Amino acid sequence: MNLAIRETRSAAAPVIRITPSKGWVDLRLRDLWEYRELLYFLVWRDIKVRYKQTALGAAWAILQPLFTMLIFSIFFGRLAKMPSDGIPYPVFAFTGLAPWTFFANGLSQSSNSLVQNANLLTKVYFPRLALPLATVLSGVVDFALAMVVLGGIMMYYGVRITAAILWLPALLLLALVTALGVGLWLSALNVEYRDVRYTIPFLTQVWLFATPIAYPSSLLPEPWRTLYGLNPMVGVVEGFRWALLGTATAPGWMIVASSLAALLILVTGAYYFRRMECSFADVV
Amino acid sequence: MDIAVRAEGLGKQYQLGARQASYKTIRESLTAAVRRLGRRSREQRTVTRWALKDVSFEIRRGEAVGIIGRNGAGKTTLLKLLSRITAPTEGWVEICGRVGSLLEVGTGFHPELTGRENIYLSAAILGMNKAEIGRRFEEIVEFAEIEDFLDTPFKRYSTGMQLRLGFAVAAHLQPEILIVDEVLAVGDAGFQRKCLGKMEDVAKSERTILFVSHNMAAVQNLCTRVIVLDGGRVCFDGDSSRGIEHYLRLQDVVRQTSLADRTDRQGNQRLKFVGVQLLDSSLRPLSVAHSGQGVTLCLKYECDGSRPMRNVQIGIDIVGAFDHRLLNLSTTWKNGDFACVAEAGEILCHIPRLPLLPGRYSLDLFAAASGEMADYIRDAATIEVEAGDFFGSGKLPTLGYFLTEHSWSLEGSCKAAPS
Repeated sequence: MNLAIRETRSAAAPVIRITPSKGWVDLRLRDLWEYRELLYFLVWRDIKVRYKQTALGAAWAILQPLFTMLIFSIFFGRLAKMPSDGIPYPVFAFTGLAPWTFFANGLSQSSNSLVQNANLLTKVYFPRLALPLATVLSGVVDFALAMVVLGGIMMYYGVRITAAILWLPALLLLALVTALGVGLWLSALNVEYRDVRYTIPFLTQVWLFATPIAYPSSLLPEPWRTLYGLNPMVGVVEGFRWALLGTATAPGWMIVASSLAALLILVTGAYYFRRMECSFADVV
Repeated sequence: MDIAVRAEGLGKQYQLGARQASYKTIRESLTAAVRRLGRRSREQRTVTRWALKDVSFEIRRGEAVGIIGRNGAGKTTLLKLLSRITAPTEGWVEICGRVGSLLEVGTGFHPELTGRENIYLSAAILGMNKAEIGRRFEEIVEFAEIEDFLDTPFKRYSTGMQLRLGFAVAAHLQPEILIVDEVLAVGDAGFQRKCLGKMEDVAKSERTILFVSHNMAAVQNLCTRVIVLDGGRVCFDGDSSRGIEHYLRLQDVVRQTSLADRTDRQGNQRLKFVGVQLLDSSLRPLSVAHSGQGVTLCLKYECDGSRPMRNVQIGIDIVGAFDHRLLNLSTTWKNGDFACVAEAGEILCHIPRLPLLPGRYSLDLFAAASGEMADYIRDAATIEVEAGDFFGSGKLPTLGYFLTEHSWSLEGSCKAAPS
């Protein structure tokens, strides 16, 4: 829907013009900004409902990466003797799993966000971008809980923290941008094609093994290692290890490649989403 | 000029059947694309329908406008366009001011959250900001009469409480332009009156209202102007009394165009209703029925392919004001599904003593054969009920919906007061 909002200062209220949508439209991020309170409430709802509906509540946020870490430690660390850049394997795995869990949950939940909120889409207007964005943002709480656990594990293994930890917010943002970008693509596709939903678990599983969580990316020689960074989660996971555990080298070019790839996914995803937006209410 | 809403040449096209069909899958889309390539033609053979066409109007600030029309006339589509839920196919709308749209009661409620949490959530979704919600919170709770249940999860509320809370939130929305779709058609009569009262307050407060309803009394009461839609086009725009007359005439015309020609029906049409007639108990035609009278509803039908049909189930809904289904009569409830019906004929439904108060009622007809819906047509006919001597006392109540046989007695004897 191409809604040009013209702020006419002479009249008190903005004039909204509703016209048929044609071709590529602008992202109307200002519209999203206008609705920031709604975004806040949607995030708040997602968090509240998630912790109310499940018996274990917040514990899930911790158990999920924790059990994966245990399994990885037994099978990859113990049995397969996977190298872990000289770091105790459990810390190595969990440092990757914390941002990964945030990413994977954000991706799958945002992909289903439009279909799950079909009743809202057909009854009330708000910038549709708010739905996938809110689901990804609500995952930050789970992530914070997982980070507390990670802190505990790091203390147990006596890992020292360096100033590089200050990069964490930027790396989290990178994971968020990636999850949102993929989520925008998939949620819009999911409205039109319902079989997208079934491909999501498969996609996240393949992506998990295409990301150096169970193994270090140092297994790859340069320049492949930098190219590997085109998977944005490679940059995130290696970045986390560098920032928290002080792995040998700063993954400089890898992060650059990851950031560019993530931005590309986000921008194309946002445009695709906007383009499909006008038919959501008719199709969903 | 102080214009709140201006629509120009508005049109919305839907793909017919697109909604009923199961959702597309990638596989189907790919095979369809390959097939199109093979045929070297890009022609699309989807059937489309204009739900709305060439609709133009201007609404001044502070006007209360009723939008009326038969089912499928495009009212809801128009409201959806105005509230930006869906985009028009052609034409444009200009809206000046904050829009609040109320297309259902309880938009955004989540069953797991408490009443308090839901008030905040729903109000935010409907467009209120946090400060506003805080200011109106007490009022909303009071209006909904749920003080004691504020911290109970919404899913434990009774249906009545859910509706009350939904409307309470909506009623306290104070946008410059309020768009309301038939939401008053819920709840009990007392609550409906309360809602209508609230709407009247809104109408008096200089705000612009667009109001869709089947309740002509409410429209007459609330609106100074009426837009009548028919077949997706505006067929009347002006003074509300004249508009309502126009609409009622339209209803009659529709009924005269015979049921057989109506296309706004669902089902596979293997059995189709082609006429309805109101008869008395000895099968003489009636123009109006009286409360308490024995009546017979005669449904004329035809079968596709002129074959007899098996396992035929027939239903009649009697629908009152506010679009309420008051009665559901069905062969199923009486274990009377027809094992086999002839290719054409009449089905009769006898009601020994009509239990309805005076008023205008419409009939929805339903037929299924061998478990599949054959025909469903809303508003197939109206029946006019006039006062009749139901109780044999010459008196009828003025409240309620129904009449039922009942008797009164006194338990224990009444002693004369001691002197």
